[in-house]
Amino acid sequence: MATSSERSPPPFPDSEDQDVLDSEEVGGRDSDEEDDGDDLFMSATNAPLTEMDSPLSPASQPSEVLMKPPTDLMDDPIIEPISSQMENQPVSEVVNESSDDFVDLTNNLTDSPDEADAAESAVEDAAKDTTEIPLDEPSDDFVDIFGSETEAPPEKVMEEDVAEVTVEAATDKSEVASSVTLPPGDGETGSEEEEEEEKEAKTSTDPIIDLSETQQLQPASHTFVDPLVDLLSDSAPTADAKIPSRATVDLFEDEGSDFFTESRQTKSAKQQQKSLFGELDEDLFGEPLGVTSKKAVNVEQKDKPVKTKAATTDVSNMGGPLQDINPAEPADLFSEEAVATVPSIKNTSTVNSKTNGVNSEEEIDIFAEATVELSLDSPRDERKKDVSDTPSVSAAPSLSATASLVKPMPAALEELEEEEEEEEEEQEDKFEVFVSVKDPEKIGDGMNAYMAYKVTTQTQLPMFRNKTFTVRRRFSDFLGLYEKLSEKHGPNGFIVPPPPEKSILGMTKVKVGKDDSSSADFVERRRGALERYLQRVINHPSLLQDPDVREFLERDELPRAVSTQALSGAGFLKMINKATDAVSKMTIKMNESDVWFEEKLLEVESSDQHFRKLLALVESLVVHRKELSLNTASFAKSTAMLGSAEDNTALSRALSQLAEVEDKMEQLHQEQAANDTFSFAELIADYIRLLGAVRGSFDHRMKAWQRWQDAQAVLQKKRETEAKLLWANKPDKLQLAKEEIAEWEAKVTQYERDFERVSATVRKEVVRFEKEKARNCKREIINYLECLLQSQQQLIKYWEAFLPEAKAIA
Amino acid sequence: MMEEVKEVTSTLSVDGHNIKVTEVLKDGETLTFLIVSLKLSSTGEYHVDRTYDDFEWLQQHLFSQEDVPGIQGVIFPPLPAKAQVNASAKVMKQLGFLGLEDWQPYSKALETFLRQIATHSILGKNKAVEIFLTSSDPPGRQRVRKNIFNRLSQAVEGMRKEGHKDVDEFFQTERDHNLVLAGGAKTAAERFLDVVQTEQKIAVACGHFSTALHLCVEPGEDLNKQAFSKLCVKLSEVFASMKKNITSVAENNVSTLGLGLDLESRYQEAEKEMLFRRTCKLVELETARRNAEKAKPVKKAAVSVTFY
Repeated sequence: MATSSERSPPPFPDSEDQDVLDSEEVGGRDSDEEDDGDDLFMSATNAPLTEMDSPLSPASQPSEVLMKPPTDLMDDPIIEPISSQMENQPVSEVVNESSDDFVDLTNNLTDSPDEADAAESAVEDAAKDTTEIPLDEPSDDFVDIFGSETEAPPEKVMEEDVAEVTVEAATDKSEVASSVTLPPGDGETGSEEEEEEEKEAKTSTDPIIDLSETQQLQPASHTFVDPLVDLLSDSAPTADAKIPSRATVDLFEDEGSDFFTESRQTKSAKQQQKSLFGELDEDLFGEPLGVTSKKAVNVEQKDKPVKTKAATTDVSNMGGPLQDINPAEPADLFSEEAVATVPSIKNTSTVNSKTNGVNSEEEIDIFAEATVELSLDSPRDERKKDVSDTPSVSAAPSLSATASLVKPMPAALEELEEEEEEEEEEQEDKFEVFVSVKDPEKIGDGMNAYMAYKVTTQTQLPMFRNKTFTVRRRFSDFLGLYEKLSEKHGPNGFIVPPPPEKSILGMTKVKVGKDDSSSADFVERRRGALERYLQRVINHPSLLQDPDVREFLERDELPRAVSTQALSGAGFLKMINKATDAVSKMTIKMNESDVWFEEKLLEVESSDQHFRKLLALVESLVVHRKELSLNTASFAKSTAMLGSAEDNTALSRALSQLAEVEDKMEQLHQEQAANDTFSFAELIADYIRLLGAVRGSFDHRMKAWQRWQDAQAVLQKKRETEAKLLWANKPDKLQLAKEEIAEWEAKVTQYERDFERVSATVRKEVVRFEKEKARNCKREIINYLECLLQSQQQLIKYWEAFLPEAKAIA
Repeated sequence: MMEEVKEVTSTLSVDGHNIKVTEVLKDGETLTFLIVSLKLSSTGEYHVDRTYDDFEWLQQHLFSQEDVPGIQGVIFPPLPAKAQVNASAKVMKQLGFLGLEDWQPYSKALETFLRQIATHSILGKNKAVEIFLTSSDPPGRQRVRKNIFNRLSQAVEGMRKEGHKDVDEFFQTERDHNLVLAGGAKTAAERFLDVVQTEQKIAVACGHFSTALHLCVEPGEDLNKQAFSKLCVKLSEVFASMKKNITSVAENNVSTLGLGLDLESRYQEAEKEMLFRRTCKLVELETARRNAEKAKPVKKAAVSVTFY
């Protein structure tokens, strides 16, 4: 692609613009990166649909687009959403939804007239690209077209940007820069990550096409295609996706409706596309199926992008539908995608096997192939990593994803969770930072031992030096961070997310070095809690700006946090309790002027109680589950013994089979117990802590009020003295008193303003907290239910496998 | 064998495969079981109500048959231990599965017991079975006490003779095997009971969680709150159905594998008893032989004298 962009002499501004851009890209990218994730993603979301629409009527090209080949058409929609950004996005979405989007497209063009000409030039450019490439590699031309399409748009974007450098945010440019780097031959050092994203954009454009491919491949198996389409439509509303597609349809179903209609269209559009890309698609699809090994060997620079594209195309078959509705996908799209693949494969395959038993196996195979292909990408990834700091994670998940396919259930489940989590997180807000706490490691021996965690941050934010960085932090560092933050931001009414408490018992166990499950459990729980804590901190728009947070995330060596003892275990709880007491005491004194705060405080109290109750219940549930697991294990053992003692061969066999099944059950119960713990108990414990923090912020508001009131009282006194002095007629002291009054008046106003400010912050924070709570709970619950479903399905499978054995007894 | 079967059908006027214990009535401390059996001759049914004492009477009656050939070699269908209302923990433990769920499994076990007896080729012929199943008056209850005493003494004796080595290899292996199986079945049943009980606990916990979730609902117009409340409600529903699910799993476990294991374990005990009866006879025989041996040298002279 690089060569193409060089070769094609752009009509007007682009050649020099490109240079400008290149230079600008270096400078401007950093500062503007924070947005481009979003933008990109928008483009990605829009692209698939518009693209699919364009081949709809390749013959009836609108007059505005003139001499553009269909591929250009595809490009246009991509340009627009990017360039016209936010405002245009809804429009283009409408475009996507309506079947005759050409008109709309053109409207879009006219909407942003200054873009129009740039776009046109770009279009010409792209046209050349597309025509050239096929000449180069006629055999692979579909893929190339594909590639060129998706790569071309950015180029155009670039030109266009250049045309209106001043108008457009530099965000686009950085993105454009990425497009320049896209051609592998170029070997540009610039934003490789964007390149990935670019690819991601591509992949998300593809799902529909792929869908059509599958249809072509297996025209007979409509049953298969339908579930897939269903899946697609279902998975459109990201998180809700899998749930509706399975059993619990009514859960959150309401959100999915409009996506549904969209994908209906997709289906219809697909048909035309099929006719257009017919054999090529099939080729593409056939390739991964048969020639995987050959491709794997083929590592030439030229072929590679093509192949990876093919692979990603396939992958997007499943992964795409999940992702293309993701509005913001900042950091490691690629790894994300890799992770996404497996769960969704599994997803599809389960649906498959359910709907038609005949084809299912084959289909799964195909998908499997696709992931195997995916692993081809990872080396490439790594290559990129060398150049810039591409997340090292990206390679690993994709590999593990492939591996996990072998025994998909547990691994895929985990990944599913992960992916869901990330996805959801990124879905609603623009999260520019993603942090993970990994690899807990015991350092030192005896009572001086401590746990260190690897804190990896992935970000697009320009405030950080790198995109990915990893530091080692020990537990007390986390506590120290909290201390600093709460000192700084607490008084202002911010809800500072609290870290998990120090646990003397749990840590002692770890220190003593017992390698039993409970201490491993403890470490894992704490790791999760720390991760969530950090994520909460950096999700907070104000806390993220704090230099201490940045230091915590970035600096290699952190000054040892001292006196975290105050926060440890019981002390921490005591502090909260004290705060609560103080609050309640002060509430008596304070005649609350704002009903809102009064109500909120009550609500917080009651939900705190509810959460505590829930936590107790969940914990008892977990205890019972663990007990069940133990009992099942011992039952399995005694069944095995009975089986070995039994004379009747069939019965003996059945009994030992039963023992095996029960063994598996035990595993399942154990997993379920862990799932309960991690999904619910931890979530609830988090919220109990957070509610403590919320109360803390109320407390700070109270304090501000107190200060104001005190100042007022002092002022009152001063005034009285003044009056007295006036009456006593002592002019020398009067002057002093007047000065004091002025001073205190200023203070009162100051305090009042403080109070108002804190109140406003608390209000905002509480609303934010509630929003986060609902969202977070939803995500966790979806996770939980999915795990539950999985384990239940597994259970059914186990018993179904046992059934013939039982029948054979007689 | 065919003859015996015929005899059974002729003696017993009910269909042995169609005996049902339909109801359990709690009358103060005693449990009364309503037994329904299909008549063979016509389409009618017999309805009788029996207490546990009646069951015991039946069993003792069967035990005490003397004149029937081969009665000693019969494995008597096991009668479950006596069920008590408000039974102590120890009794409940002994009852195992049968004590669960308001005596439903218990009546199932009694039903199995009756069916086994009625369809048994030897036991079914006994008059007592006919009386038990058809007579509207409860059979005499006074003999029960003595029989219990009998069994107790038998148990004491058992301790002494259990270890006696058998002369016949078949019986010796059978006995060893029975010992292993009986132990195995018993532990399996106990373990499975643990499983079921934990499942019940989980069901209860799920129920509590579900109710607690319902309490978390926050009123208000706020969108976030509504979303959260909806989440709670839905999750609560999920947990309610989880509770339902696990309850029925537990129930099914009891009525299938649980009862099966329980019956197996009791049958192994019955077999042990039967084998034990044989061992007793064997011991008797051996003692007699030994006595005879001892008597030989003494009497030999006398015998030979008389002979010659």
